[in-house]
Amino acid sequence: MPISLDSLLGPMPEALNLRARRNELLASNIANADTPNYKARDIDFRAVMRNAGDEQLRLASTQPGHISATADNYGGIPLKYRVPAQPSMDGNTVDMQQEQAEFSKNSVMYQTTLEFLGRKFSGIKSTLRGE
Amino acid sequence: MSLFKVFDIAGSGMSAQNTRLNTTASNLANAETVSPTEEGAYRARQPVFAAMMKGLYGTGPESVGVQVRGVVESDAPVQMRYAPDNPMANKDGYVYQSNVNMVDEMVNMISASRSYQNNVEVINTSKQLLLATLRMGE
Repeated sequence: MPISLDSLLGPMPEALNLRARRNELLASNIANADTPNYKARDIDFRAVMRNAGDEQLRLASTQPGHISATADNYGGIPLKYRVPAQPSMDGNTVDMQQEQAEFSKNSVMYQTTLEFLGRKFSGIKSTLRGE
Repeated sequence: MSLFKVFDIAGSGMSAQNTRLNTTASNLANAETVSPTEEGAYRARQPVFAAMMKGLYGTGPESVGVQVRGVVESDAPVQMRYAPDNPMANKDGYVYQSNVNMVDEMVNMISASRSYQNNVEVINTSKQLLLATLRMGE
C-alpha cells in the first residue's frame, strides 16, 4: 500500500501555514495601533481553508517591478477590513482588545494544529518501528 | 517563514514606540525651560507614525510594519510670563515658557509604554510558537 504523506497529513500543513500568516497580519495590526489612518485587516480563515488546495491561476511576472496579482489575497480570498466598534478621530480602526484576543486565539489554534501534526508524525514513527 | 516576519513587524512597532517615549521624555524634561524670545521657546515634539507599505511589491502587503515619518513640533501658543529676576528674562522682564502640556505628555507616555508592551508580548508568543514548531514530531 503506497503511503502518500500529503493525504496522511490532510489539510493540517495548510492550516498551520495560514495560522502563521494570520499571526503576522495580527502583529501588523498591533504594531500599527497608533498609526493615523491605518485600517486593521484580517482574513476569513474559514473561506481561505475552503479554497485551499484549489489550483490558482496566477499572472506571470516577467519583470522585477511587476506587482504580483495575488499579493493581497490568500488563495483568491482578499483581505478584509475590520468594522470598528468605536471609530477614532485619527482614522485608525485598530481595536487593541480585539486584536489581542484574536492574536492569543490564533496562537492557541496554531499550537493545536502543531500538536495534531506532531501526533501524526509520532504515529508514523511508531508504525515504522512496529513495536 | 511567516513567523520570522512577526519579529520584524513587532520590532518596528517597538522602535516607533521607543521614539515616542523619547520625545515624551524630552518634552517632560524641557517643560519648564524658558527663553528670552518667543522663537527660542521650547515647543513640544511629537513623532508621526506611518505604516510601511513596502510590502506592496514584495511578498504581500499583509505584513505592514510601522515607521516614524518625522517629528513635528506643536503649534500651541507659547506662554509669556513676567519674571524680572529670571536671568533669562528679556529687557521688559518677560520669559517665554515652553508649550508642553504635562497631561498630554503623561497620557502619551502611558499609551506608548502599553503599546510597547503589546509588541513585546507578540514577540514572546511568536518565539514560543517557533520553538514549538522546531520540536514538531518529537
